[in-house]
Amino acid sequence: MIKLSHIVKTYNQGTAQEVKALHDISLEINKGEIFGVIGLSGAGKSTLIRIINMLERPTAGTVVVNGQNLTAMSETQLRQARQHIGMIFQSFNLLSSATVRENVAFPLKLSGRMERAVIDKRVDELLEMVELSDKALMYPAQLSGGQKQRVGIARALASNPAVLLCDEATSALDPKTTSSILELLTSLRRKLGLTIVIITHQMEVIKECCDRVAVIDGGVITELGSATEIFIDPKEALTKRLVSAAVRRGLPNLLRHTQVVPEYHEGAKAVLELLFLGPKADAPVIVDVARECDVSISILSGNIDHIQNQPFGIMAVEVGGTRSEIDRAINEFKQRVHKVEVLGYDERKQLSEL
Amino acid sequence: MNASSFLNFDLISRIGGLLFNASLETLYMVFISSLVCIVVGVPLGVVLLITSKGYFWDSPRFYSVLAAVVNALRSIPFIILMVAIIPFTKFIVGTSIGTTAAIVPLTIGTIPFLGRLVETSLRTVPFGLIEAAQSMGATPWQIVRRVLLPEAMPELIQNFTITVIVIIGFSAMAGTIGGGGLGDLAIRYGYMRFRADVMISTVVILIIMVQVVQWIGDYLTRRCDHR
Repeated sequence: MIKLSHIVKTYNQGTAQEVKALHDISLEINKGEIFGVIGLSGAGKSTLIRIINMLERPTAGTVVVNGQNLTAMSETQLRQARQHIGMIFQSFNLLSSATVRENVAFPLKLSGRMERAVIDKRVDELLEMVELSDKALMYPAQLSGGQKQRVGIARALASNPAVLLCDEATSALDPKTTSSILELLTSLRRKLGLTIVIITHQMEVIKECCDRVAVIDGGVITELGSATEIFIDPKEALTKRLVSAAVRRGLPNLLRHTQVVPEYHEGAKAVLELLFLGPKADAPVIVDVARECDVSISILSGNIDHIQNQPFGIMAVEVGGTRSEIDRAINEFKQRVHKVEVLGYDERKQLSEL
Repeated sequence: MNASSFLNFDLISRIGGLLFNASLETLYMVFISSLVCIVVGVPLGVVLLITSKGYFWDSPRFYSVLAAVVNALRSIPFIILMVAIIPFTKFIVGTSIGTTAAIVPLTIGTIPFLGRLVETSLRTVPFGLIEAAQSMGATPWQIVRRVLLPEAMPELIQNFTITVIVIIGFSAMAGTIGGGGLGDLAIRYGYMRFRADVMISTVVILIIMVQVVQWIGDYLTRRCDHR
């Protein structure tokens, strides 16, 4: 649906203030997909999304959306093409001088060819879709942030676009409102077959609704994969950092300041991180392994989360026993859960044993 | 005692008539000048904005030339401008004396002033709104008409108000070179013939005019401000 090939964007080219915002980015986004682009501020993600609808022309490379090569188009052709690419913004960008109705009708009036009655009907439909029919005659200043973004969504979808671009669309909203906006986007994707591109710095947004994710840093894509892959097995340092902001990983706080060493010692217990995923997530793994290998297992921390409604659990456990028992237990875990990581060996005695 | 010598009705009605006619002349000058000024000043402000850096007809050379001309015109004191453009005024309206002739320097003197005010008003519209309109496929003209002007309307009306008030002040000055109106009356009767009553009356009328314009401006600003 969207194909970016070898995109380069350089600002102030050839001058002392030359800034390379994007270097050679190639990306393909499928139809009906919710694609997330995550990065820190200044990474180039805002430039990237503006290149998809050519609000910014790339210095080099091609942009193909819905089979049309936007980079080869004149301004007039581009304006036509943009009507099939909706966009919503962090600061909503609604007209303060116009009512909710007039804001949603704005893109429909631009062509100048639609009849008033047709526009009115379409606006009613759109307002109903975002559940704001009762606010039609209010001005944006009278609405909450979440309602403003719903108006933004209705406006962006007015001319039935195939693609919706979301530029930090939830960054100005509280977590609850963010979830409701993301739910709306997910349901719209299903209903309308939209392809959605989400630019964000919030990993929660990716966790809640993205199918695939690109991590962007310093103008290049450093990691690309399904949301689940990125969460479970982040490879780059930045990705790990971003993921840890949304999902607690690694040594539980309880053990942060105690003696956890990387090598096994006589009498030490293994500290393991277990990752559960999908249907296996609710199997009685701990009890099974404890029984099978005759080890003592204590749970240090645990958390079941959802990535796009797929259960995803992280648990830190301590396994006590002989060396061979521990190794066997690790192997048993490996067969039962998605991933096992040995965080270290704990020489600490249980409080009860002291 | 003769009542008419105590309260000279004849004189009062004569002065009243003078004041009335002069007020009408001032209103005529101010109204036409304001109209022309807004009709030319708003597009000037729009052009200044959209040719400046970062806007859609970004053209640094054109902008700097236009801005220099605007600044030059703004720096000429009105009283000098009025005299300096007499040949031009004659060319436009056929005469350099009278109320209609005064309209020419009044508009030329205030258009650059309003142009700058319009430019700064439009600049208060967040750039994101322009971007949003572009993302929906709006043309530059549609952005000006449907985004910039409506969004900046409260500021624009405030600035129109300021401009009309400046024109009222300038129109009194135009009186000194035969432009007619309240300024003319104040000079000829109030100053040259030492008629303090005429002087005070013209000042009071001007105060009322300015006050009324400000009220209308404030009312309209409140009406269209939904932020």
